[in-house]
Amino acid sequence: MNQSLRNGADAYLARYQGLRGRLPGDAAIRDAAAAAFSEGGLPSMRDEDWRYTSLRGLAETDFQEPLSAVSTAPILGEAIDAPRLVLVDGRYQPGLSTPPAGVTVTPFSENPYFGRLPDIKCPMAALNTMLAEDGVQLHVAAGVDAGTLVLLSLAPDGHRPIAFHPRHGIHLEAGAKLTVLEISRGQGAYLHNAVTEAVVASGAVLTHIRLQAEGPEAFHVNTTFAEVAERGTYDAFVLTLGARVARTEIHARLIGPHGMVHLNGAQLLGGQQHGDITTVVAHDAPNCGSRQTIKNVLSDRSRGVFQGRIEVARVAQKTDGYQMNQALLLSPHAEIDCKPQLEIYADDVKCSHGATVGELDAEQLFYLRSRGVPDAEARAILVRAFLAEAMDPIAHPGARGLLERAIEQWWEHRP
Amino acid sequence: MLSVNNLAARIEEKEILRGLSLDLPAGQVHAIMGPNGSGKSTLGYVLAGHEGYEVTGGSVTFGDADLLAMEPEARAAAGLFLAFQAPLELPGVNNANFLRTALNAIRRAHGEAELDAVGFLRLARAEAKRLAMPDDMLKRNVNVGFSGGEKKRNEVLQMAILRPKLAVLDETDSGLDIDALRIVADGVNALRGPEFSALVITHHQRLLDHLVPDRVHVLSKGRIVRSGGPELARELEANGYAGVVADAA
Ligand SMILES: Nc1ncnc2c1ncn2[C@@H]1O[C@H](COP(=O)(O)OP(=O)(O)OP(=O)(O)O)[C@@H](O)[C@H]1O
Ligand SMILES: [Mg+2]
Repeated sequence: MNQSLRNGADAYLARYQGLRGRLPGDAAIRDAAAAAFSEGGLPSMRDEDWRYTSLRGLAETDFQEPLSAVSTAPILGEAIDAPRLVLVDGRYQPGLSTPPAGVTVTPFSENPYFGRLPDIKCPMAALNTMLAEDGVQLHVAAGVDAGTLVLLSLAPDGHRPIAFHPRHGIHLEAGAKLTVLEISRGQGAYLHNAVTEAVVASGAVLTHIRLQAEGPEAFHVNTTFAEVAERGTYDAFVLTLGARVARTEIHARLIGPHGMVHLNGAQLLGGQQHGDITTVVAHDAPNCGSRQTIKNVLSDRSRGVFQGRIEVARVAQKTDGYQMNQALLLSPHAEIDCKPQLEIYADDVKCSHGATVGELDAEQLFYLRSRGVPDAEARAILVRAFLAEAMDPIAHPGARGLLERAIEQWWEHRP
Repeated sequence: MLSVNNLAARIEEKEILRGLSLDLPAGQVHAIMGPNGSGKSTLGYVLAGHEGYEVTGGSVTFGDADLLAMEPEARAAAGLFLAFQAPLELPGVNNANFLRTALNAIRRAHGEAELDAVGFLRLARAEAKRLAMPDDMLKRNVNVGFSGGEKKRNEVLQMAILRPKLAVLDETDSGLDIDALRIVADGVNALRGPEFSALVITHHQRLLDHLVPDRVHVLSKGRIVRSGGPELARELEANGYAGVVADAA
């Protein structure tokens, strides 16, 4: 293994040894995670699942513990008009939060619950299990439509590099409904390594929309495990704009018939940014559907990665799976890597995947300009048009507006 | 209005326009005819500023301006409009938004106030109605899934909304049904006036019955080889290009 990755892993293990007695919750779970993490270390590009994403920069940064108190009230920034939960440096801030009716919110620090889905084979999730101190556990009772909730994660300080590993859970009981709009922002160098477990019981609908707008020096690793029961829906969208290195990893498992998973996303990257979206959709029940539309807009020397695996178990007949990854390269130095994988063990299924890479269409651009639209505006129109297919399924008007404004800002201020 | 002088242009090392000269006074409509591949669309693209074509000689003045020195959007703002022979499809771009963005860009360039969505829709609906276009074409993505004739009508709708000083219509009549042909001709005729000129590229006399040109030019191998009055178009319709092009060779 690469020495800096080993040293980085050892530093996290040493931190764990130092904190072990003070960390909340079941020490046996943490010890097991530490053992797994110790063996595998920080993922290296030799690991099949991390072939395209290097964490060397992360390993070489000496991240500290966040300060225990929030020094100044952070600027919450733009959000939509909805109840919100605020985390600062990974710690839940009841004073800044307005929990919604219909959702029971339990801070992880008060009742440490690691969930039951997370897979110790994901090294960054294991790191999270080892060091998680806080996070929020959301629970919606059967049949309740709990509306929209904003989950805001801020790292406002920016003076010293810090690492935080929040642990979240979202549990929707049968027939419940919730939209979670997760926004991450921050300044300076920091590591935001979150794990979220989502349990969607039968007939429940979880809409999970994420805006990752971390600071340009940040590392953002986000691992989500979602389990969807009969006729349930997990509808996720992630917009990656920020961070120096970002990895959004989603494991979704359909365990009851007629369930549905949408994993759409867009990565808009510039400078030397690296954005990785990795998905694993496991069809373990018949008559389920999964749709993934991922769009990458890459400028400068940025690099986008999409790895998507669809696993269809023998019992999962009549599976309807679709996966599309498209990249728009705005610079000759930008790069996209795409690794689709289909593992199909059932015989009566419909599964398709595809990938395209292209540049802005010169003829379309000329058509717009010939109508008087200035070059920059014409390019912006074509980029938005490229994203439309992934954005259009976002039915929530507030969330849609927020994402569109974020995209507009990205476009105006891109490096 | 438009003065083209000895214009030469090429694409990918291939000479297409070879010393083309043409004068289009304000208020006039000129037709351009000529065999396939003679350079008619190329002329339209070069006038509109397509970057794929390299101008290797000559000059073009539009009003008082050096047209060739301007960016495509500046040409549009100055009043030039090219109706494409093959209009582009823009998936993901709403037709009404597209038209409003274009109109407002041009209004901005003129220091005029932008139109809001409501004001624009009122204008666009009225123009669409005059062109007998269904309203829903405004709601759809630009030209996506439009029939050949609908695309051409959409070009004319854009022209009607943007109100250019000089319209270059590249075979806008091809693919139009008989009624649409009349509507399109009426659309151009409605703009006719001392401040409006048009260059109408066509293969068919039929359009010129409705849209009577002041002059007809025949383009062959990148040059105007013959010019005349409206009767020239009828002569070509009767006898084909053979005589004209051979005369010039
Ligand atoms: N991108 C290109 N690469 C190479 N040759 C080209 C290209 N575009 C046009 N040409 C050539 O330039 C010549 C002129 O084309 P142009 O489209 O201007 O003809 P046209 O007079 O409009 O013909 P038509 O009546 O068929 O529309 C043709 O021989 C054509 O093949
Ligand atoms: Mg042509």
